[in-house]
Amino acid sequence: MKTMKLEGMTAKRKQGLRGSVAIVALALSLFGVSGVAKADGDVAAGPVAMRRLTQEQYRQIIADVFGPTVKLGGRFEPDVREAGLLAVGASQVSVTASGLEQYDSMARNIAAQVVDEQHRGLLIPCQPASATAPDDACAKQFLGKVGRLLFRRPLNDHELTAQVAAANAAAVKVKNFYSGLGLSLAGLMEAPQFLFRQEVVEPDPDNAGQYRLDAYSKATRLSFFLWNAAPDPELLAAAQSGDLNTQKGLNKQVDRMLASPRVEAGVRAFFTDMLGYDGFDTLAKDQTLYPKFTPKVLGDAQEQTLRTIVDHLLVQKADYRDLFTTHKTFLTPLLASIYRVPAVFPDGYQSTWIPYEYPKDAPQAGILTQASFVSLHSHPGRSSATIRGKALRQVLLCQKVPNPPGNVKFDIVQNTNDPNYKTARQRVKAHATQASCAGCHKIMDPVGLAFENFDTIGGFRTTENGADIDSSGELDGAKFTDVLGLGKAVHDNPAAASCIVNRVYEFGAGHQPTKPEAAWMAGDLQKAFVASGYKFPDLLKSVATSDVFYRATPLQTGALDTPTKLATDLNSQQETQK
Amino acid sequence: MIATSQINRRRVLRGMLGGGAVSLALPFLDCFLNTNGSALASGASLPLCYGTWFWGLGLNPGRWEPKTAGKITEFGPETQPLTPYMSKVNVYSGMKVILDGRPMITHYTGDWAVLTGTTPREERVTIPTIDTLIGDVIGTKSRFRSLEVASTGNPTHSYSRRSGNVLNPAETSPPALYARIFGSEFKDPNAADFTPDPTVMARQSVLSAVKEQRADLLKTLGASDRARLDEYFTSLRQIEQQLDLELQKPAPMAACSVPGKVEDVKLGTEIDSVIGNHKLFAGLLSHALACGQTNVINVTFNDATSSLRKAGSSMTHHVYSHEEPVDNALGYQPNVTWFYMQIMQGLATMLETLDGVKEGDHTLLDRTLLLATTDTGWAKIHGLDDYPMITAGGANGRMKTGIHVVAKGDPATRVGLTVQQALGVPVNSWGTDSMQTSKAFTEVLA
Repeated sequence: MKTMKLEGMTAKRKQGLRGSVAIVALALSLFGVSGVAKADGDVAAGPVAMRRLTQEQYRQIIADVFGPTVKLGGRFEPDVREAGLLAVGASQVSVTASGLEQYDSMARNIAAQVVDEQHRGLLIPCQPASATAPDDACAKQFLGKVGRLLFRRPLNDHELTAQVAAANAAAVKVKNFYSGLGLSLAGLMEAPQFLFRQEVVEPDPDNAGQYRLDAYSKATRLSFFLWNAAPDPELLAAAQSGDLNTQKGLNKQVDRMLASPRVEAGVRAFFTDMLGYDGFDTLAKDQTLYPKFTPKVLGDAQEQTLRTIVDHLLVQKADYRDLFTTHKTFLTPLLASIYRVPAVFPDGYQSTWIPYEYPKDAPQAGILTQASFVSLHSHPGRSSATIRGKALRQVLLCQKVPNPPGNVKFDIVQNTNDPNYKTARQRVKAHATQASCAGCHKIMDPVGLAFENFDTIGGFRTTENGADIDSSGELDGAKFTDVLGLGKAVHDNPAAASCIVNRVYEFGAGHQPTKPEAAWMAGDLQKAFVASGYKFPDLLKSVATSDVFYRATPLQTGALDTPTKLATDLNSQQETQK
Repeated sequence: MIATSQINRRRVLRGMLGGGAVSLALPFLDCFLNTNGSALASGASLPLCYGTWFWGLGLNPGRWEPKTAGKITEFGPETQPLTPYMSKVNVYSGMKVILDGRPMITHYTGDWAVLTGTTPREERVTIPTIDTLIGDVIGTKSRFRSLEVASTGNPTHSYSRRSGNVLNPAETSPPALYARIFGSEFKDPNAADFTPDPTVMARQSVLSAVKEQRADLLKTLGASDRARLDEYFTSLRQIEQQLDLELQKPAPMAACSVPGKVEDVKLGTEIDSVIGNHKLFAGLLSHALACGQTNVINVTFNDATSSLRKAGSSMTHHVYSHEEPVDNALGYQPNVTWFYMQIMQGLATMLETLDGVKEGDHTLLDRTLLLATTDTGWAKIHGLDDYPMITAGGANGRMKTGIHVVAKGDPATRVGLTVQQALGVPVNSWGTDSMQTSKAFTEVLA
């Protein structure tokens, strides 16, 4: 690839490029279609995109800014999974009319609580001259302060002026200062600057020709990455002062944030996303067949795995790969009942969590044998070797399993009542009789069959329809005799470690990696993870303190008619450069 | 379409409000309605309505089509539940989704091809669905541009999107839908008194402040983000329009009545829950249409990869479709077909509910055009031939009904184009590549 330096151009030339489509062509010629900056060695950089707040992030921000007594109501737009992560999908979604209607309703509801008599004394830093008329100064003070927290940066003059004017106009119409202020606050919370995390790119003064996130965008990316929350005042202050743009200042903030208990929320958010726990929102099991699987169990199942992960990775600071083999976990009475393990609970209190360690000869070990995995990846009334095998490959090893083909006859795959096909192994073997199916099922079924000792809710069994279950199999050349062996095979599979490295970066950056980013991840980042002994906090720190994480490709800006036209122009540019 | 009233209500109200709350007793019926309630006083017809009614897993080929072409005299075994509405239904057989060499994404390719006119290349749809195209024509003057529901309890079981970035999420809870439509912000179009709410005007000011930021924001964004931001502002404009309407006394709708409050229900894919919730949704949506709250609805009976199941069974409809053998004596999969019968009964319930709303000599169904379709032909093989397509309702006399149209492997988009033209969408061609068509079924267009 050709390398060029911006500083090699004349000022006039640079000026001419600004604000025109030419900058797009320039960017493409400099950085290539994958956004690779080569101006100063092999520097990886990725695209930036607005990211819609997830439900949990929205909730967390409201709790952080207004306190836990302010309640949310209404529903959120469903988050969208892309490339395995909701965090990546958030970079590609917008807001529908019905979604905005809900945001509008929630925002007004929250704002009404903030300005009510119970909260206004605590949350509004001033009092109006009259409660029934506009008060410019007080509105400005409040909206400026709260706007900085909601927008993750100070409001610019235009924004603040508009919000104050809206508060005043509303106060006149409803003849109440606080109601007017509340409506303007609601406006802040339904504005795109709040609902989307917008990242602003600026030229990097230390590396000519390269671009980076500006300090507030950097603070925002860092904070959502480690805490799944908006920047706190200290981080915003570091952005404002410029400290965050120094390596020393960045390291200081990262150390502070990793030492904070709030990092647990970040780790939980990451694994909730990676493990696809949004699927629990609509997961149901047949209550006639599985009466134990109550809504409470749904919550307990997720919580068990998240507690296991947090304890293992953050408290014990243990090897990430041991999550697939660890005998340590946490149980509630309901889960113990499903797993049929003799755990002892103080006073039999139903909501009590206790730490529990499986005996060495127990058939369960690692998070793959927990209800959160085997129940999430099953049918409502029966297990599914194929779904479980596919999930393991895609979720934990980041391997892509193709979609099934069309126009395929399934005649040979008989139902569960057929006496010739009692077990799942016998049934899925039929896939091998169809050439178009066999290719993919060979990579899913031998892995998924290892879970057949667990029914659709995670209960342990040794037979199905009276026939013994054979849970042996093979994963990428590693043979095993049961699910414990599968856990060991996952532990030893290099894809498990590289997958978590990729997912962590993608979760923070909000996009699939460009080729140079992928190369950096597979190289430096992976090496650092291995050298740390596969310690997850070290992986977070490696990403959060890296240069790459905040480096960006320049925006495709310009005076174009429409985004569609820009996309067309970009495609033409790319074509001509091939 | 709603005709422009002789009285410019907005101007009157603005003049009378003077920034405060005033109770206005506008003349009921004398001014706005004709004598039998079937049309507005200006003589214009009541508004056209459109609905997509989606179900998953198709039907068994050869068992859903009427026996003969032309006038329907008898439905196939699986569409028997529609018999009471025989004269108000059209069936289109011999329709097809064409891949053009693209991958077959099971339970995805068919539904989006039929609803967008383009066979997707990947699991990402970037083209608006037919309901949004129609809504842009007939839905701009109602409180909600459209209402989406899913009887399966899953908000992502929606088959409506404005673009690849915007899936219109489905309401899953009938009580929540009730609150959304008939809650505190509902203005009864037949109420004698009308009190514009000054808070609504205040909210308009606030949204204006949000909108003012658009130009500044666009300057800082890349191309794809600009498109997404524009989608956001499109949504914002719809909220503004909603507020606008809240400041006007709505045109009286003679058949409008507020339904009884809906109690908490059980959500999920167990078939009895789905049937029960669908019935509640059908009722609420019919009331919403009759009250002019929306002119476009999207109903999902069950998802494309049908997760319907019977209580106590370990099998879902989808699993049955692949694993249940064809009964040699019957010639079909009995359990799969049992679910089909429940689904078609669900469609019949939807039609019964719409047809039960009397508007003069006609019914709500008569001014509606409902497109019922699915994700596949024969689910057992993920087939894309023999694609079931059904329409119901006469679109205010713009559609002839009671007809079985027999095609010979035509792109299923012909039905979508016909529906759009019947509802006044100015389009003479729809779809792309082999799914592109400019041939509406003129035999059903009045």
